[in-house]
Amino acid sequence: MGLSGFRAEVGFRVDGEPHTLAVDTRSTVLDVLRDTLGNTSPKKGCDRGQCGACTVLLDGRRVLSCLVLAVTAGGKDILTAKGLAANGRLHPVQQAFLDNDALQCGYCTPGQVCSAVGALDEFADGKPSHAGDVTAEPELTRAEIAERISGNLCRCGAYTAIISAIEQAADA
Amino acid sequence: MSAIGQDIPRRDGYAKVTGTATYAYEADVDNAAYCVLLQASIARGQVSEIDITEALALPGVLTILTPGQVEKIHQVDDTELYVLQDGEVDYRGQIIGAVVADTPEIAHHAASLVHFSYHVDEHDSTFSPDRHDLYKPDRLGTGEPTDTKTGDIDAAMRKAPHTITQTYTTATNHNNPMEPHATTALWQDDALILWDSTQGVHAVRTTIAQVFGLDTDQVRVICPYVGGGFGAKGEPHPHIVVATLAARALPGRPIRLALTRAQMFALVGYRPPTVQHTRLAADEHGTLTGIALAAVNQTARITEFTENAGSPTRTMYAAPNRATSHRLVVLDVAVPTWMRAPGECPGMFGPEVAIDELAEALGVDPIDLRVRNEPEVDPDSGKPFSSRNLVACLREGADRFGWADRAPRRDGDWLVGTGVAASVFPAFTMQATAAIRYDQGRYIVEIGAADLGTGAWTVLPQIAADALEVPLEQIDIGIGDTTYPRASVAGGSTGTATWGSAILTAAEAFRDKFGDDPDDGDEMEGSISKPPFHEDYATYAFGAQFAEVRVHADTAEIRVPRLLGVFAAGRIVNPRTARSQFTGGMTMGLSMALHESSSLDPRFGHVINHDLAEYHIATCADATNVEAHWIDEHDPHVNALGVKGIGEIGIVGTAAAIVNAAHHATGVRVRDLPLTLDKLLPGLP
Repeated sequence: MGLSGFRAEVGFRVDGEPHTLAVDTRSTVLDVLRDTLGNTSPKKGCDRGQCGACTVLLDGRRVLSCLVLAVTAGGKDILTAKGLAANGRLHPVQQAFLDNDALQCGYCTPGQVCSAVGALDEFADGKPSHAGDVTAEPELTRAEIAERISGNLCRCGAYTAIISAIEQAADA
Repeated sequence: MSAIGQDIPRRDGYAKVTGTATYAYEADVDNAAYCVLLQASIARGQVSEIDITEALALPGVLTILTPGQVEKIHQVDDTELYVLQDGEVDYRGQIIGAVVADTPEIAHHAASLVHFSYHVDEHDSTFSPDRHDLYKPDRLGTGEPTDTKTGDIDAAMRKAPHTITQTYTTATNHNNPMEPHATTALWQDDALILWDSTQGVHAVRTTIAQVFGLDTDQVRVICPYVGGGFGAKGEPHPHIVVATLAARALPGRPIRLALTRAQMFALVGYRPPTVQHTRLAADEHGTLTGIALAAVNQTARITEFTENAGSPTRTMYAAPNRATSHRLVVLDVAVPTWMRAPGECPGMFGPEVAIDELAEALGVDPIDLRVRNEPEVDPDSGKPFSSRNLVACLREGADRFGWADRAPRRDGDWLVGTGVAASVFPAFTMQATAAIRYDQGRYIVEIGAADLGTGAWTVLPQIAADALEVPLEQIDIGIGDTTYPRASVAGGSTGTATWGSAILTAAEAFRDKFGDDPDDGDEMEGSISKPPFHEDYATYAFGAQFAEVRVHADTAEIRVPRLLGVFAAGRIVNPRTARSQFTGGMTMGLSMALHESSSLDPRFGHVINHDLAEYHIATCADATNVEAHWIDEHDPHVNALGVKGIGEIGIVGTAAAIVNAAHHATGVRVRDLPLTLDKLLPGLP
């Protein structure tokens, strides 16, 4: 099955679980997660890094998994929205999305959740965004949250509630 | 306590925030094969030669479907579903083949190795309302007449002291649900299973059974979750036929087919561009003596679609002289379809900006002008409205928004203004059957309905709990599967009204037969089948939308810091999911107002900005403060539940409110969507 010339072995952890597998060298992390490992928590909305639905946490940083080749993820920790709910307990960001009804169809939601977790960590690390004065101490205003989450598109239009959810999670 | 009206969290919320809700592509099947579509690179002609040698030689390629080399299928009403039967090309991007392989990578690689040659015919993809080949469709998609005429609009225009004659245009918009259309198909033991991303499993089953000459019993369609649709998943599109062709060519092997984002710009429909020639005539007090809208939209050679942009003009305002018309231009382009509030969404842009222009000309408040022209009865049908609370929405919205002190102002480098527009959407009811079964203390409600994010998983149990007079926790619900009774498509804002009414009927029948102490296995069905239009009443939801717009004085950058809507949409079953529906519609309306425009290159006949980097939709930073409210509306006539439907009205009027606010801020009147800064910049003060 497949071309041997296009295969390479790679090992990484997904939601805490180690995997070693031969991947097609053309495969993205997103495709390996979805098509090979059956973890369909990250979604494919564009496959071009334009929508954010595939966002996962790679060694704690948010990335667009459709733009990461699987062979480059060796030794890394990949965390999906599924893995954020360890032992069935929702992550505060997930709970806040539920509380604020910050979702409708749910297709962008796992990516929104991972992106929000990453964004809050970036904020906590003092990383500036385009929304405010980059030389000042950042404040987590609604505009600041909106700017930091704007790489994640939501066609159902849950944005106002998504900002409220992230505000709630940040206060938790 | 009544379950209806309670603020209940989504039942599918946990699955969605963790990503464990499974969508069509993600169906749990073993040993799937992957199908990639091949598309025409000409706008009109025929495929003359196909070279698949190199592709077929690739290890892992299972089969390649090409025109005329697949099983014969049947023609159905939707001619676009007659896929791969011949080499005719009717638009650029049309499906002319498919590759099936063991992995998606191999399938994509093989697809790049298939070579087509064509006989190229001259094509015509240039949309213009001034063309000489406009034609009048037989009727609108809603079943309503194509044109209407009362009194003499031309005479009214000649006599009136105040008139508005303007042409407004809306751009081509693509629905772009976040989940690309996808089908997983399995043909096994003379039966077909389709896990399909659809707004209506039964509609897909019926159509696919017809296309393949199967009994409906041989076809099962499953779709528990839909990653958005907005009309683009309302009817089966050609890729479902291709997935089925592939599955039948490879019995026992599940086939996964997902469209790419780019393919969605050719294969699953769009809101066609509209040109709206709009006329208003008014006396010196602002009472309308005439109102007219002549709409033109493009359609495709292969399948006709009329955007009924004239519909809302028939109902919104009183005036003795009235006219509406619809004309089409047939082009060699992809096939348009429903997009959120078809007809009303684009069709309320022109008139609601025109009303604003008239208010300005008369020097009256645009809310007062609308109130002055409230009709006593539906001006089109002459029927009374089952309920009509547009004025209440305008008044309450004005209060909440702070409309009274609306003088345009300057805030630093920003010009700030406000605008208002009205919203309307018909309240239809379709046909559906629901089943209720009792088992070990639980009531299991089953109906072949769909939840596109609308909240059906959550609100239908609320309706069932009240109908059975049992606690909500005792209700289980099953939707999105053709093994459940037949239900209408989730479209036209009819879902809750229709499916809820069927559940109501089933609950009544169940209690009549089994009482309130049923035995395990007791089961009853109930149906609703009324004509979509009420016999005695004109049934519509109404709303009012308010926008604050800021325009940068030097760059004309446009921001919408505030959108507020008030709606009168009958009984609200769940305020939490309802609020999301309303604000979601408004946000999509903001997106339409400021961003969305598919650019068609007439030289090639395709949309060139066919991805989410170039086809802009609103992002979070565009819509930080979108607020929805509703008035308590008890409508005893619309249906037994008093529900009107809320999925679409939120997008109706938003673009007009924003354009009116931009005018208020700058004095520049933009009549062509989207409202981009290049249209404002030359006229800034």
